[in-house]
Amino acid sequence: MKETRLHDWHVRAGARMAPFANYDMPISYPLGAVEEHLVTRRSVGLFDIDHMGQFEVRGPGATTFVSKLVSMKMSDLKDWDARYSLLLNERGTVIDDLFIYKLPDAWWIVVNAGNRMEDWEWFNKHKTAGVELVDSSDETYMIAVQGPRAIELMDKVSEAKISEYPRFTSGKTKVLGIPCLVGRTGYTGEDGVELFFPADKALEIWTGLLDAGEKAGIETKAIGLAARDSLRFEAGMPLHGHEISQEINALEAGFKWACDFDKEFIGKEALLAIQEKGLQRKLVTVTVTGGVPREGYEIQSLQGETIGKVVAGMYCPTVKAYAANAFVAVDYAKTGTELAVVIRGKPVPGVVVKRPLYIPAYRRAKE
Amino acid sequence: MNIDKNARYLQSHEWARKEGDLIVIGISDHAQHALGDIVFVELPKKGATIAKGKAFGVVESVKAASDVYMPVSGTVEATNDALAGDPATINRDPYNAGWLIKIKPSNPAEFDSLLSPTDYEAQIKE
Repeated sequence: MKETRLHDWHVRAGARMAPFANYDMPISYPLGAVEEHLVTRRSVGLFDIDHMGQFEVRGPGATTFVSKLVSMKMSDLKDWDARYSLLLNERGTVIDDLFIYKLPDAWWIVVNAGNRMEDWEWFNKHKTAGVELVDSSDETYMIAVQGPRAIELMDKVSEAKISEYPRFTSGKTKVLGIPCLVGRTGYTGEDGVELFFPADKALEIWTGLLDAGEKAGIETKAIGLAARDSLRFEAGMPLHGHEISQEINALEAGFKWACDFDKEFIGKEALLAIQEKGLQRKLVTVTVTGGVPREGYEIQSLQGETIGKVVAGMYCPTVKAYAANAFVAVDYAKTGTELAVVIRGKPVPGVVVKRPLYIPAYRRAKE
Repeated sequence: MNIDKNARYLQSHEWARKEGDLIVIGISDHAQHALGDIVFVELPKKGATIAKGKAFGVVESVKAASDVYMPVSGTVEATNDALAGDPATINRDPYNAGWLIKIKPSNPAEFDSLLSPTDYEAQIKE
């Protein structure tokens, strides 16, 4: 089992630790997962996400290579822009989801911890002439600072004015005197940043941010993976191995928007064929009353036939709902459809609702 | 970890306390701490008769669902309906406001066979 460089800090803070993607990670702190979720929605949450991996793609062939490899349009990205994308296989199912930053001298690609090795093999397998690949995960530390007051906090500790970075852009600056790549990105549905910096500075930045928050009167707390999960779930963001996986194609998971059919990319042909044939099942969000839906629970029609399965489910603290993401037969995927989630052997009434349950900050800003 | 000195316990971390001719039942401070944030509680219907050792309800935390067991056989006289709106009451006050059910025991002698506060404390320290 691997540990991040903040492992001892988490243990001393009283965190409940558990394995995640072969790392011993903090699941929640004594504050509790529900309160950690709510702190992130009202002020600032700090997330140790060093288990995430980072690849660098360089060289004259880099742009063409990245564009062909991932589903989303890349050719229009300007230096410092950042964009979410899927990494698909030839079947159109999902190897991983990525955050991609176009830096002046490289493409900086953030991958999920559990998929790092497989992604690395995939990148190398498809590598073309004039492309250099570097796995920078071990020497790079990654912390997310998320919440409505995250940017205010970052402005107090950064050389650059982070508030002047538009959403989904990045920049290199000093944070607490330490050179960092700062992306105005995240995975909680809140405004905020993700920081990349030399791994040996982990404790300095982590405790420095907590101290800066306290001095400035900005409530800033360490947040565990349980709250990270409920934050992303409410905001409608997928977690690989749940809403997306190599057994789930991008279209049934609702990611047509993340596929640029005007360019060539691996998986495009398969997705066009799937689209032509029509989908068999679709990802839906279902709310229930009378229990917590959890992964693996069956979904039934009101007539009692099995129509799908829950891939993620939980109590959502901001919207105060018990909700599940589930794949169901397309006939049952429409908003408002009544169905049941089988909780401990009993069908509990549920209804298909609009996703996301919580509109992410970047969308609120646009609307 | 708090232990209510006036209650008796099951190894599975339920407590039972006499209240007149009824017995109040809940889960211990140790149990709520081990479960983490409690987000849902399922309780039996009033009037249900449930035997000692049988599951009478479910307490769900952020990460897991746990059955809760009858320390003493009896008939459910009252359920803590306030928990539906605020299940985290169990985290904050497991021995008082966070009680689960009140029962009329069918065999009051069963109460005396439960763990004493001292024995329960010894068990959770192991």
